[in-house]
Amino acid sequence: MSGTIGIVLLKELREALRDRRTLLTSLVLGPLLGPVFFVLVLKLALEQSVETLDEAVPVTVANAGAAPNLVQHLRQSGLAVTLRDGSDIEIRDWITAAPELVVVRVSEAYAARFQSAEPAVVMIYADGSRARAERRARRVQEVIDGWSALIGALRLQARGVVPTVTHAVIVDSIDVSTPSARAALLLGMLSYLILVITLVGGLYLAIDATAGERERGSLEALLTVPVPRERLIYGKVLAAAVMMGLALALVTVTIMAALRWMPLESLGMSANFGPAVAASVFLVTLPFALVGAGLLTVVASFTRSYKEAQSWLGIVMLVPTLPIAIAGVLAVKASAPLMLVPSLSQHLVIQGLMRGESMPAAWLALSAGSTLALGLALTWLAGRLYQREAILGG
Amino acid sequence: MIRVAGLTRSFGAVRAITDVSFTAADGRITGLLGPNGAGKSTTLRVLYTVLRPDAGSAVVDDIDVVASPLLARRAIGVLPHAAGIYPQLTASENIAWFGALHGLTGAALRRRVDELISVLDISEFATRRAKGFSQGQRVKVALARALIHSPRNLLLDEPSNGLDVMATRSLRELIRGLRAAGHCVLFSSHVMQEVAALCDDIVIIDHGRVVAAGTPIELQRRFGSATLEDAFVAAIGDARGLA
Repeated sequence: MSGTIGIVLLKELREALRDRRTLLTSLVLGPLLGPVFFVLVLKLALEQSVETLDEAVPVTVANAGAAPNLVQHLRQSGLAVTLRDGSDIEIRDWITAAPELVVVRVSEAYAARFQSAEPAVVMIYADGSRARAERRARRVQEVIDGWSALIGALRLQARGVVPTVTHAVIVDSIDVSTPSARAALLLGMLSYLILVITLVGGLYLAIDATAGERERGSLEALLTVPVPRERLIYGKVLAAAVMMGLALALVTVTIMAALRWMPLESLGMSANFGPAVAASVFLVTLPFALVGAGLLTVVASFTRSYKEAQSWLGIVMLVPTLPIAIAGVLAVKASAPLMLVPSLSQHLVIQGLMRGESMPAAWLALSAGSTLALGLALTWLAGRLYQREAILGG
Repeated sequence: MIRVAGLTRSFGAVRAITDVSFTAADGRITGLLGPNGAGKSTTLRVLYTVLRPDAGSAVVDDIDVVASPLLARRAIGVLPHAAGIYPQLTASENIAWFGALHGLTGAALRRRVDELISVLDISEFATRRAKGFSQGQRVKVALARALIHSPRNLLLDEPSNGLDVMATRSLRELIRGLRAAGHCVLFSSHVMQEVAALCDDIVIIDHGRVVAAGTPIELQRRFGSATLEDAFVAAIGDARGLA
């Protein structure tokens, strides 16, 4: 009668695959849309950082004829300069029409004051409520400040003063939270995404096969067939694990496809996620499906209704992700003992694979072995729980 | 053949059944009659092995259900109180799945499923998914599922619950057919008329105890009543549960 587990497995899968709602939540929304959404966010973060680094900031200069040297300096500093003459009011209208426009207006008295070494005025117009305009205006200001400092230094030198006397202190600020670092952090969340989507893949089946079966009233009849109860439940756990495996396969393929759209190279970053890595990620994470299926089934077997199971499992879903969160806070490095912690070991191995590091075979064996052991223990526990009379919930 | 002796079971402080004893013979329909909460379902649940008794014995065809539950399950067909079926499977798949769990395979399984589909008049909706089935259709499928392994003994817990008049009539026909084929049918009901219309033997249960048992005629004679209904009221002491 060991074929019973297979009979149960096939029936549960058949039911799950026929239910459009299950398919949508388990295999479409999570595995397909999850990575797409993730990549969109990542792309946004990357594009911002690429832009900050490389963008030729466009700037429009009004009354440029009064300050040809300044305009030349702007051009030399890599700004895309457009010349267009207009009054204060006209410039405001331009910006209303094109909110991201940054305009430098050279004052009428500029040439005369510059000649007589008096402070000459330029005005920068930008819509400060727009992040991009604000950033561009800052860049323009930096360039003009640099120009001002340069001219000032030359003037001092011409008067026989060493320019550096005017610099009592030099501040060199180093921004460590660059957008590209943020993108790297997001990329680090990929393994977290993979594990959660894998779990969601079997969530519906795990609930339906336990709490759902009880609520529909089909459980009692099922328990009167001449099959040991644990076999029935092993079949159900296995079915949930298969669904999770399907979700995992889908999500790795989607991630592989989605990452091709990312401008990672332009940042000097690389996500090593070709077919070989994708296959390794799948194999490394697959044992985790059994842990997820076992855990969800154990918890669902305590709940009395579908709704109760759903709310409980929502919380339980967070449990496997806890080690990852804790490891993230502590910034741990992969090591042999950590390979004994299911979910964390998958996280660390996936991270390593994506960085192109080679993982010791012993670590992979430890990860797979410990994860499978926990999965089997949970499955056994689920079988034990189904021996209780209280399982009928009556 | 079902023999129950001294069956007792408590849930925490609540005594569900106390010292329940009766016999249900082959080729006869035995009714467990009693008001709601009298202990009918608990008795049946012990018989179909999902509950263990605190004391007493239950034997089906010489198989002790407590000592050998797996063996006993082969000898019984069960229609539990909540006879839910799987909404995503068709009627025939629902039936076939239970057949597979009973170890039937291939042509033998198909033949038996087809047989039940025709006997229970399921063919009209056999290939439809069970999602939108009426209560009557659902009971038919659940009954076919209970009969898939051709058990000698049938345990039906309130089978006519929620059925309309026509469905109830066809269910009675079915049960009579099973009796004619020599099966031992034990069913519970809180509906007096149901039991009167169908049963050869009646076991009246109240407050978890058997208060009277016998054929309808015997019961009327014992309580000096003109009708079975009067006998029932006399047996349980009031008119609770009369439908």
